[in-house]
Amino acid sequence: MSKIPQQIIPIVIILMIVVGSFIAAKNIFVPSSFGEQGHFRTEAIQENMDLEQVYAGADACYDCHDDVAEIKSDSYHKGLSCEVCHGPASQHVEAPDEFIPDAPRGRGYCPLCHGYNPSRPSGFPQINPERHNPGKACMSCHDPHNPLLPHAPEECSACHQEIASVKIVSHHATLPCTQCHTIEKGHKTSPKFSKAHKPIDNSTCAYCHEKGSTIKKAAPKINVELHSDRYLCWDCHYPHYPEAF
Amino acid sequence: MKTITDKLIRPEIERRAFLKNCSKTLPSLLLLVASFDVQQLMAKENGVYDPTEHNYAMGINIKKCIGCARCADACKSENKVPRKPHFFRTWVERYVIPEEGEPIVDSPNGGIDGYPEISQKLHIQRTFFVPKLCNHCVKAPCVQVCPVGATFNTKDGVVLVDPKWCVGCRYCIQACPYGARYLHPETNVADKCTFCYHRITDGKLPVCVEVCPTQARIFGEKGQKSSPLRRFFRFNEIHTLKPGLNTKPKVYYAGLDGEVI
Ligand code: HEC
Ligand code: HEC
Ligand code: HEC
Ligand code: HEC
Ligand code: HEC
Ligand code: HEC
Ligand code: HEC
Ligand code: HEC
Repeated sequence: MSKIPQQIIPIVIILMIVVGSFIAAKNIFVPSSFGEQGHFRTEAIQENMDLEQVYAGADACYDCHDDVAEIKSDSYHKGLSCEVCHGPASQHVEAPDEFIPDAPRGRGYCPLCHGYNPSRPSGFPQINPERHNPGKACMSCHDPHNPLLPHAPEECSACHQEIASVKIVSHHATLPCTQCHTIEKGHKTSPKFSKAHKPIDNSTCAYCHEKGSTIKKAAPKINVELHSDRYLCWDCHYPHYPEAF
Repeated sequence: MKTITDKLIRPEIERRAFLKNCSKTLPSLLLLVASFDVQQLMAKENGVYDPTEHNYAMGINIKKCIGCARCADACKSENKVPRKPHFFRTWVERYVIPEEGEPIVDSPNGGIDGYPEISQKLHIQRTFFVPKLCNHCVKAPCVQVCPVGATFNTKDGVVLVDPKWCVGCRYCIQACPYGARYLHPETNVADKCTFCYHRITDGKLPVCVEVCPTQARIFGEKGQKSSPLRRFFRFNEIHTLKPGLNTKPKVYYAGLDGEVI
């Protein structure tokens, strides 16, 4: 006891202070749960589990919207989660009247999945949004919860598919059929008795293509008299695909 | 001897005070016991979550992916990932492999806003989409390099980040061979996919799997008979990304092209 060399004492004191403050620092800075299960804070697991859920999950919608769910359940869209279109809806499930989810009604939305893209797997139904019934909301023909193809009589294309599918890729894509055809009431339901009429003279075409016409800027202009004095325009141009002869 | 017992047995007046205090603390004590009971009951009812019963993993079928990137979009909402390019927990890459030359890979804003048209001049040999995310490696390089133990493998097979403990040194971001991590611009800590740990431990699906319209993403457990992953493993040829690095990824790809890196 008595014979500790004097030089050692300060070293021992310093050492004890260093070790002591290390232990103190470790106790202060290293959280208690560190190292219980590995080289990490065990509490972090629980903290990760406790994060807020923003998406409610498909099952959550069925209790209240069983009508929509039933329609969807045997449609082409059966594999789609409600929330992929309507957005996260946990808040809506908790307070249905306070938070009402959006419905994507714009034409830009569906093409996120259905717009033609060569990288998509072949066989997946795709359309060219610029050519596929432009100007109309997708919902006017397709029910988003059951996107079966539209009922036949609603569109000219239902029966005149060949013409419609040619026109849709032509320079006349944006022209409605009724621009050039007048339809008797009932043509869509009983076409044999209620006639549709074809244009009778070049004025139909001149309406847009005559030099000086201001109807459609994009329509290339010609001098109708010089361009075609003795013929009907459709003797040379196929009206549903005018760029071809 | 006597003096000690004298000290122990307090005078009358203090005993009264003691009893009074007792009557005050008793209700709160009872409450404490009761709350323990309730907690235990609730835990029993919900079935206490036991991580050792699980081993989560994900399957991705490239042939089903339509590149709509609804997964990447939903992930940002669910996990509060900044709505700016370059911050993703999951994203969808487009591969275009031309007849001649190097494959072209792009993922503008993770694919969320769609992809630019491929140049008409390019003769495409084949093209497809590859969704990417953290691979939750069994031998995760990020875990190995973390100097403070802020990222770790859990018993249920997920790699998590401890945002309170992370010091933002970015070693893990450098170390990850899959580019799956980013530095969160607001919190300045590393962030990445957790398989939606808060959802899966509650019996729900990760949100990317939830919203996938073509079921190109499959979530489940390895080594469980009832898991959807089992069928995925049985009927597909399975690959992982960069198997040569021996990281033992837990994201399995079907239909993976040799050009994918
Ligand atoms: C607790 C019952 C309940 C649940 C669960 C529920 N909803 Fe609703 N939802 C309602 C009610 C009630 C309304 C009508 C609110 C109103 O119009 O004031 C509504 C309205 C909606 C609307 C808006 C309809 C419109 O007219 O624009 C959408 C979309 C919707 N719900 C989607 C969902 C989705 C998706 C889920 C699942 C995540 C869901 N709901 C779950 C009760 C519910
Ligand atoms: C493909 C995208 C899509 C999916 C998937 C989808 N919805 Fe909708 N939903 C829409 C659109 C678009 C509208 C708006 C329709 C309109 O305005 O004509 C809508 C409208 C609604 C409405 C209000 C009008 C109505 O028809 O009653 C409710 C409620 C609704 N959806 C609930 C659901 C639920 C529940 C699910 C899941 C079972 C679901 N939706 C799935 C796109 C979708
Ligand atoms: C998140 C992706 C997604 C969105 C958004 C989406 N769809 Fe679909 N749609 C699908 C899938 C998946 C199918 C099924 C394809 C299959 O069976 O191969 C499908 C099928 C269809 C079909 C049937 C096509 C056929 O002939 O097989 C139509 C029509 C359709 N969707 C229209 C729409 C419309 C209209 C909207 C917008 C309201 C929309 N879809 C939004 C994914 C989507
Ligand atoms: C004027 C009615 C109408 C509108 C508007 C419309 N469609 Fe269609 N859609 C049809 C008809 C008719 C068909 C079937 C004939 C065809 O393939 O062209 C069809 C077919 C489809 C198909 C299946 C294609 C295939 O190859 O199987 C998809 C997908 C589709 N539409 C999506 C959309 C989307 C997305 C929009 C909105 C951008 C939209 N449609 C707007 C009438 C419409
Ligand atoms: C229910 C199916 C159906 C629908 C819908 C339909 N048509 Fe027709 N359309 C027919 C049939 C069938 C004929 C042939 C009638 C005949 O030869 O007597 C016809 C004939 C025509 C003709 C040629 C007339 C002629 O003299 O050669 C035109 C033009 C025409 N349709 C335009 C239209 C337009 C434009 C629409 C949309 C507004 C439309 N059709 C919708 C069935 C349909
Ligand atoms: C630019 C004007 C124009 C538009 C738009 C147009 N047509 Fe025509 N259509 C004509 C003309 C002109 C004829 C006569 C052609 C002939 O007699 O050779 C015709 C003939 C027809 C005929 C009968 C002969 C044939 O070619 O089979 C049908 C049916 C028809 N159109 C349907 C349609 C439908 C359906 C649409 C819409 C999808 C449409 N047309 C849009 C100008 C037009
Ligand atoms: C409602 C206005 C309108 C009517 C009516 C119309 N067209 Fe056009 N036409 C256009 C427009 C717009 C374009 C150019 C579209 C574009 O280039 O995108 C066009 C383009 C053309 C072209 C040029 C195609 C090319 O090679 O660039 C021809 C030829 C043509 N129309 C012929 C006709 C004929 C024949 C008729 C009558 C049966 C007719 N058009 C009626 C609006 C019209
Ligand atoms: C005798 C055949 C013939 C007839 C009839 C005819 N065209 Fe043409 N048209 C052509 C040819 C050939 C061209 C292309 C030559 C050129 O670009 O100068 C053309 C070009 C056009 C163009 C494109 C001009 C441009 O600047 O791109 C329009 C628009 C057009 N025709 C409209 C009409 C209209 C409207 C009628 C009816 C009044 C009509 N055509 C009748 C043969 C004809």
